[in-house]
Amino acid sequence: MTALAPEHATMPVLGRLSPYAMREEQIRHIAEAARQIRLQDLKLVHYAGAGHIGGDLSAIDVLATLYGAVLNVSPETVDDPERDRFFLSKGHVAGALYTTLAAFGFIAVDELATFLKPLSRLNGHPNRNKVPGIEANTGPLGHGLPIAVGHAISAKLDVSRRRTYVLVGDGELQEGSNWEAMMAASQYELDSLTVIVDRNRLQQGATVRETNDLDPLDQKAAAFGFSVVEVNGHDHGELLDVLSSAPFRPGKPTFVIAHTHKGHPISFMSNNVAWHHKVPDTDQLQRAIDELESPDHTAN
Amino acid sequence: MTTTSQPAVAGSIADQPRFDCRNAYVETLADLAANDHRIVGVVNDSVGSSKLDAFKKAFPDRLINVGIAEQDMVGVAAGLANGGRIPFVSAASCFLTGRALEQIKADVAYSNRNVKLCGMSPGMAYGELGPTHHSIEDVAWLRAIDNMIIVVPADPIETAAAMRWAAATEGPAFIRVSRMSVPNVYEADYQFVAGKARTVRDGGDVTIISNGTVLWRSIAAAEQLASEGISARVISMPTVKPLDTDAVIAAAVQTKGIVTAEEATTAGGLGGAVAEAVVQHHPTRMRILGVPEFAPTGSAGFLLDRYGMSPAGIADAARALAMAG
Repeated sequence: MTALAPEHATMPVLGRLSPYAMREEQIRHIAEAARQIRLQDLKLVHYAGAGHIGGDLSAIDVLATLYGAVLNVSPETVDDPERDRFFLSKGHVAGALYTTLAAFGFIAVDELATFLKPLSRLNGHPNRNKVPGIEANTGPLGHGLPIAVGHAISAKLDVSRRRTYVLVGDGELQEGSNWEAMMAASQYELDSLTVIVDRNRLQQGATVRETNDLDPLDQKAAAFGFSVVEVNGHDHGELLDVLSSAPFRPGKPTFVIAHTHKGHPISFMSNNVAWHHKVPDTDQLQRAIDELESPDHTAN
Repeated sequence: MTTTSQPAVAGSIADQPRFDCRNAYVETLADLAANDHRIVGVVNDSVGSSKLDAFKKAFPDRLINVGIAEQDMVGVAAGLANGGRIPFVSAASCFLTGRALEQIKADVAYSNRNVKLCGMSPGMAYGELGPTHHSIEDVAWLRAIDNMIIVVPADPIETAAAMRWAAATEGPAFIRVSRMSVPNVYEADYQFVAGKARTVRDGGDVTIISNGTVLWRSIAAAEQLASEGISARVISMPTVKPLDTDAVIAAAVQTKGIVTAEEATTAGGLGGAVAEAVVQHHPTRMRILGVPEFAPTGSAGFLLDRYGMSPAGIADAARALAMAG
């Protein structure tokens, strides 16, 4: 296996369409962005020899939709106090986030070639002090949601329209700090807050159900005062509609259960617990690339 | 109860009136908030124990009470800082630092967020409530975290000064706010400088380095030693991290030994910090006074005395160093 090198970081910078683009056009753009991010991220993990490809692939459609058409933030406004905030609570999918940030111009594509290398700012978990577009240094689970709640409270104090999004893993919801934060979100009526759960139903070594089940997650979130919406987390149209329309009830924070598959849509990785942090070998990388480049590939 | 200055020490400091630093804390926080809309309080139901009722009345929207949920409290503070606010987190130090240590590390220190962590009633302030409520470990725990400034004020004047410094300085900080009443050590116009020690009593035979509730006891010990003809230097070291190593090394060079005395564990607190500096730059004899164990039932004052931090106990430790070799 050759080491990660500049020739492996060559994805196109896709940028964003005009906010006035037609919905179908936006969806096609997000789908292509997600496909390119997957192709690039698979190469990063293969050539770097490490990463969390399973969770990366389950989260990429959400990331591409947020950065591609939902968040009011751009490379030019990363320090604007009125930007929308996105917190990646499942910080171990940093590779997917870096690749997404490169796809939309926040960092240079060729820098992706430094992923996990000695002294690279592209660490295995994101660092806001080093990488533009990162909002919090996450990695230990259960941290993003409380931070997002704090930001949403600040927006409310400012009487600002800026919105707060946080992506949490489903296994991560076993951390009690999330539920502490959800109580506060409800108490403070944070309707500018949208929690997105990457509901891939797998954690490190087993299914969530086998480990410490979350169901009925929708009822739990509703009981904690959230307006709950369920979507296909790989359907860019559903994600775009829901994420850009929240909140759905005044005074209520939004809880989006995005049903996903770890490893999606690679046939031999999808919904396979072995791919939590397994590294694809040369043959597996080529098969994955072939699947993503096949004319039969559909984003969904 | 007041934060205004008392006259400089006349007679023994032990005879001076004593004050609860939390009053200076709440008065200063209200004053800071009145002049800067970014200042907010964040609490874990600790409105009463942090004496924040008046603050809540004055700034109802700016006291964020997340309930009894310390991990959420510190994460919320980091998020408020992300939104441009300057949160002063006020919670019993034992729960703030123990329950939310990972949030302090990742969300505040490593993320470099402008969050002020105020550990209320630290050390053995909760006395008879026992080791679950004692916070003798907080300084050692936080001292191990990069990018964290640790301040242990000795009186109401220093508490207020440290808060004003923290509000005006971008970045993470931990301030210990004492509950056990202490006499004023400092003059009213005292200016806190982070990372700087102050010699509050000069002396050439032996040095006592202290902070927090034990500083006045150290000064009283030096008074006692003076009556015996032993000249003890007393260095106030409010900033445990970063440590004023120059002051420590000067004491190691110029006096026969160093006693450290603090209302915290003997492992890794002020004593540990001073020892690390001494052993690398100018080895000298040391005695580390502090709390070496889960304390038995007793008031904070009783327990400090028990662990050799009465004025007489500190004098004993210093005398032994002054007399040796």
